[in-house]
Order: sequence, then structure tokens, then C-alpha cells
Amino acid sequence: MSLDPAIKRLTRQQMAWRAAQDIADGSYVNLGIGMPELVARYVPAGRHVTYHTENGLLGFGERPPEGQEDPDLVNAGKKPVTLLPGAALFHHADSFAMIRGGHLDLSILGAFQVAQNGDLANWQAGEDAIPAVGGAMDLVSGVKQVFVLTEHTTRDGQPKLVERCSYALTGAGVVTRVFTDLAVVDVIDRQFVVREIVDGLSLDALRALTGADLHEAGAPGLLKAA
Amino acid sequence: MKKPIFDPAGAVADIPDGASVMIGGFGGAGAPVELVHALLDQGARELTLVNNNAGNGGVGLAALIREGRVRKMICSFPRSSDSRAFQEAYLAGKIELELVPQGTLAERIRAGGAGIPAFFTRTSAGTPLAEGKEQREFDGQLYVMERWLKADFALVKAKRADPYGNLVYNKTARNFGPLMCMAAATAIVQVNEIVELGEIDPEIVVTPGIFVNRLVAVADPQQEERLVAQGAVYP
Repeated sequence: MSLDPAIKRLTRQQMAWRAAQDIADGSYVNLGIGMPELVARYVPAGRHVTYHTENGLLGFGERPPEGQEDPDLVNAGKKPVTLLPGAALFHHADSFAMIRGGHLDLSILGAFQVAQNGDLANWQAGEDAIPAVGGAMDLVSGVKQVFVLTEHTTRDGQPKLVERCSYALTGAGVVTRVFTDLAVVDVIDRQFVVREIVDGLSLDALRALTGADLHEAGAPGLLKAA
Repeated sequence: MKKPIFDPAGAVADIPDGASVMIGGFGGAGAPVELVHALLDQGARELTLVNNNAGNGGVGLAALIREGRVRKMICSFPRSSDSRAFQEAYLAGKIELELVPQGTLAERIRAGGAGIPAFFTRTSAGTPLAEGKEQREFDGQLYVMERWLKADFALVKAKRADPYGNLVYNKTARNFGPLMCMAAATAIVQVNEIVELGEIDPEIVVTPGIFVNRLVAVADPQQEERLVAQGAVYP
């Protein structure tokens, strides 16, 4: 199924902005490598969010200016970051106690596939790739809420929101909300419930791009993109 | 108790073929480059290595793999900006991979150091990485049993030690270091400086010296990611 060319998909920045609006003031948050990292830029002013990274740091800030990078001060993507006032450093077991012990409020991750029952597949695409899991399985099983930020379909048009994941799972029944470039979809009682859709796209057109049933709880709102 | 101080070659001289070796670091942060290169020079083969990753570029852990010294890699993420050495060995069937979720890896090492032979975790429940493992329900949730992880040796990088082996680290270069020192029969630690007794405030000691067996002073250690960026190849 292809999309009416008049419909504007959200850009990666717009998707990150939309996800950022749902981060509560006072949250401890872990952002996955890639597009989720962009979310930090768009958290509304006045909300205080503390960012956690798997490699032993709570309370980090943006990349330092060129020339001031410290190879011993990086995030889980091995990119240079800075220490904000009030930051804390700790070893890996403490870092994953924060994750696995349910101390983090929210994790935002990418996905290969999300199933209607909340299953997430985001670590192994196919049989021949060299498997690499990192901290994804720990995050989805331990963090209080897991949001997914991903395009609605793959580059060749296959749906990423599906009835059942065909790729290896990262966690079973772990995702509560999905932000795509076309919609915001919740996982409720093992069903996808559409909350917001981009301007001009009908629910039926969205269904054609989705690999599972889409339900409504009242008319979906407009997916805004600042 | 004072810990013996070695040069890198002397510190790793008795690591035998077939040894299990934990290597600290998360990517380049905390990678004990001098100790790893000394291990390469020393020639031990058939090693089982534990690290979060599986090497980058042509130096450090990647060089050990490229030179065919590693039988098995236990890690969470065997990819990096240039993980060719691991990739080629893996696809050629020359290296075994035990893939472990990062938090489970950290906790297995901690458990190894703390005398806890097994523990249960939610992580990996319902996924292929739980297959073949004992699973048990606690309070209505399914948990996966994971075994402790110990090693014959650990190679770790810290910032500063006192003569008793009390350690402090540098920022996120700490990562797996404190855990690996606990879990290895012989923990070998390279530090930028060894200071006088009493110069490290007991309140800020991260790794107490009881977990450290050998010290190596490397005043200006190489940073793995800088070597990788330069395209360096060791030896």
C-alpha cells in the first residue's frame, strides 16, 4: 500500500518532538541510540528530565563543543556527552539495578516491529546478521513505561505495527505507546488503539499501512508536528 | 596489604593458553589498551574473553581476535564503528559467541564476585536468549535463571590506585571495572598513577583493594577510540 502523496509524514525531528511532549516533569528517562536520542532536544521548557545512560551516568547533557570531547565521558552510543550539575557516576551493576529494579520512569526505543500485544522486536533482523542485544532486553523488562519511536512502515513499505512479531523478541508485552511518522498508537488490552493521526490521513488509509487491527477510543486527534 | 607493581608485560606473563579473561571498558572508555597489547605480545591462545563489546578497529581486543587468540567471546554488543575483526572471525566460524543482555552480563559478573551462583531476572523472558534456561514464576511473573560469571584474570583500567590497590576511576570509564575486579581470581589493574597511602579518601574509594591483585602504572595511557580514529593497527 502506498501513501497519498498529499499526506505529509512527520520528519524524524517532528516525531521526536511529539514523543517529547509525553515525557512527564520529574522523570528519569533512558533514550535508545538513534532517533530516540533526538527526543531530549524537544522536551518542553520547564520540565525537568534526568537522563540515564547504561554505561554508568545519570544526569548528562548535550555533546560538548568540538575539541572538548572526553573519551571517558560518553553515552551508550559511545558519543561524547557532558556532566550536568548534580550528575552521578556509577558502575554497570548499579546502572542496570536502576533499569532492572524499576527505578527509571520511561524508556524510548526504536523498533523493527511492534505487535498489538505490546511485544517488541528491535535487536535482531533476520538470521544472518551478527546478533547484538546491548541493554535493550533489560530496559524493556525493567523500566516502568516503554515507548517506541519508529516509522510506521519499513523503507520498502512493510508495516512495522503487526499482529505478531516475525523477528526475535526483545520483550513480550512491554510497549505501551508507539509514535510513528503517521500516528500515535497505544497498546491497550492486547490491541492497538489509535490516538492521533497526521493531517488528511483517514483511519482506513492508516489501516492499509498497518499489519494489525486498529481500534478507536473516540475519534483520533490530529497528530501535530511543531 | 601492599599489592605488587608490575610493568604491563610482567603483569600478564602467567596468563596461560585457555584462560578466561575479563577485559574492562565500554567501547574505548576504560579499555586497558596497554594490558591487552601486553597479552597479545605474550602469545596466550584459546582465550575466553568477557567484555561488553568485541573490539574496534585494529587495536586492543580487536587485535587479539584478528590474531586468532580468542576461542570464545562473551559480550552484549559485538558491533562497533569498525568491528571487522570479530565479524570476520565469527562469519568464518573461528570464534564462538555467547550473547548476553548487558544488564545480565553486569549482574552475572557481580554475582561471580559476590559468591552468588545463580539469580533470576525478568530480562530475556519470552525471548530466544531465554531458551534452554531454567525459568520460574515469582508473584505471577516469569523469570529466567542466570549463572554467575567468573574468570581467571581481569584486565581493568582505573585512574588512580594507592599501594593497597584501592581504586578510583575516571567518569564513564568505570563501567564494568569494579565488577570484573571482584569476579576474577587475579585482577590486574592499570592506573594513571599510584599515590601514597592515605591520599585516596576512604569515602571515595570505588574498588576496595581486597579485589585487586596486581597494579601497573601507565602514566599516559592510550585511548582506544583515538587509535581507532587514526587507523592504528597493533602490533
